[in-house]
Amino acid sequence: MSAIELCGITKRWGDTVAVRDVSFKVEQGTFAVLLGPSGCGKSTSLRMIAGLEDISDGQLLIGDVDMTTAQPAERKLSMVFQSYALFPHLDVRENILFGLKIRKIPAAEQEIRLTRVAELVGLSALLERKPAQLSGGQRQRVALARAFIAENPICLMDEPLSNLDAKLRHEMRIEIRALQQRLQTTVVYVTHDQAEAMSMADKVILIREGQIEQEGTPDELYNKPATTFVAAFVGTPPMNLIDPKKMGQIPALTDTSDGSPILGVRPENITLVTEGGLESELLSADYLGADTIITARIGQEELLIRAAGRVNVLKPRPARIRWQKEDVHFFDRNSGKRTDRTKAVDF
Amino acid sequence: MNQRRSRFQIHGWLLLMPAAIFLIAFTYYPTLATLAKSFFSQGNAIKPSRFVGLENYEFLITDEVFWKVVGNNVIYAATTIPISIALALLMAVWVNGRLPMKSLVRMSFFTPTVLPMIAVANIWLFFYSPDIGLIDQITSSFGIASHNWLGDPDTVLGCIIVITIWKEAGFFMIFYLAALQTLSPELEEAARLEGASRWYYFRRVMFPLLMPTTLFVLINAIINSFKLVDQLFILTKGGPDNASSLLLYYIYEVAFSFLDQAYASTLTVVLLLALAIIAIGQFVFLDKKVHYR
Ligand SMILES: Nc1ncnc2c1ncn2[C@@H]1O[C@H](COP(=O)(O)OP(=O)(O)O)[C@@H](O)[C@H]1O
Ligand SMILES: [Mg+2]
Repeated sequence: MSAIELCGITKRWGDTVAVRDVSFKVEQGTFAVLLGPSGCGKSTSLRMIAGLEDISDGQLLIGDVDMTTAQPAERKLSMVFQSYALFPHLDVRENILFGLKIRKIPAAEQEIRLTRVAELVGLSALLERKPAQLSGGQRQRVALARAFIAENPICLMDEPLSNLDAKLRHEMRIEIRALQQRLQTTVVYVTHDQAEAMSMADKVILIREGQIEQEGTPDELYNKPATTFVAAFVGTPPMNLIDPKKMGQIPALTDTSDGSPILGVRPENITLVTEGGLESELLSADYLGADTIITARIGQEELLIRAAGRVNVLKPRPARIRWQKEDVHFFDRNSGKRTDRTKAVDF
Repeated sequence: MNQRRSRFQIHGWLLLMPAAIFLIAFTYYPTLATLAKSFFSQGNAIKPSRFVGLENYEFLITDEVFWKVVGNNVIYAATTIPISIALALLMAVWVNGRLPMKSLVRMSFFTPTVLPMIAVANIWLFFYSPDIGLIDQITSSFGIASHNWLGDPDTVLGCIIVITIWKEAGFFMIFYLAALQTLSPELEEAARLEGASRWYYFRRVMFPLLMPTTLFVLINAIINSFKLVDQLFILTKGGPDNASSLLLYYIYEVAFSFLDQAYASTLTVVLLLALAIIAIGQFVFLDKKVHYR
């Protein structure tokens, strides 16, 4: 039994199609991330699961029950909004207990759950404050507490960390993941930040223009990107996608030349060598502390290289680079789809 | 050092002066003059004005018309204020939602407010007039006898109340609408996910968040309820038998028809006192219950 299953879901507003024929499953207790660039239809998909947006076409199952047209409250799920959606006139306690009061949970039970959840998210000392008296991170915690106190099996989150600064975002990532594991909640999490997706997800669903581009574990997306779009979206810096034809006179990189596919190789898989490999020109370097991102040129193609430690490129200079044949990905030149017909060779 | 300080102060006072002059000339001086006048008798060619102490106030307590008018005003305020605010809120919530031809509906609710009062009164005069008026034409088609709505002491105040509500509700709606549009739709969505009914959401979230607007509208409504004169001029002149006369209209009558400025001043002082007490009460008691963002 899957916790959530979308079957051919489509969302239309007049002529614009925000989500087109999307199908995926989220298993019980897993952390699924909807990832994609801004405007690709992530929020719309999430809101359709929540019941805040009508489904134009397709079927939605929650716990194997058809919930395509059910009221939001019937779906037994919680949601954390990007803006947190806290009630500004209610204090933290009332905000967290809002749903329990509607469902007329006995007061004693409310108190027990409140104490437990407040402790879980570290809000015990702030229960009497109004949202305006809290920091961004604390408001975020109130929103999480409100979502988790309902003890719903499913929790939806729409870019919950995008209003926080980088350091806090990193902390909250770890906390949310830990909470999810501890409570065994099924989470569907929306983000446009691939690093967030890679670090938190059991399963990533990468969306592009309302359609699923690839679905799989973070490892699969990283190691076997299905298209050039995935390859370029996942990883920082993204994979180099190069056209061997534009690299000028170089040794053979592939076993055949039929179809002449696009070649993909990640910056972290390229090394600087003293002899052999390919001749290139280093153009500039971006020192990041632990490593340096170098921009290099071969023929007309530019590529990024990630080198450990500090590498100085004060002015363009020649250097030799190489990669292993196992690290090379091939994509069809026209469709952008991954192709495994071509094999890479060592050089 | 000292010189610079006093230069500073002179600057400050100079900057304040234009506003201060207007405030003193048109607010404080008339108020104090009115207060002073209320302790004097009305002078005329034969009998000059003289200090009478509280004599005017003693007369006021025994003045039946005064009590009648106060009673009218209380009824008028107690009905127009809550009904027009409730209607305004209802219309605003309705117009704020998804609605075909939203702007047209909004406009039509707001129209009564932009019409000049004189025009409004004339329209309603047509509605209310016996036999040929709109109301009587409709009721007569059901076989109900014609009625002189504005000529009957039992119905005339009700007629004035209806007009006021019709006019004020649209005006107050605009304030509520503006406030509603600042509420994040995510609040309602969060409440819906928790299973809150529309009424529960209204009661627990929307209405409390609209409290600053309600307070503002309430103060306006109260002030307006003591300020009404224009409809009365056209529709009833306070009659019949003072059945539709309100405090300010009575003050006008005393001052300019009966030419008793001393007694009019006395009435004005009472009105000002009542308004001051209401205003202070509102700010002291209601302010605590209002959540300002
Ligand atoms: N209420 C709406 N009416 C019409 N178009 C909408 C509406 N909401 C979203 N869209 C469109 O649907 C697309 C997907 O939006 P959204 O799901 O919010 O993207 P994101 O992936 O950034 O969350 C966008 O092109 C947006 O313009
Ligand atoms: Mg979004």
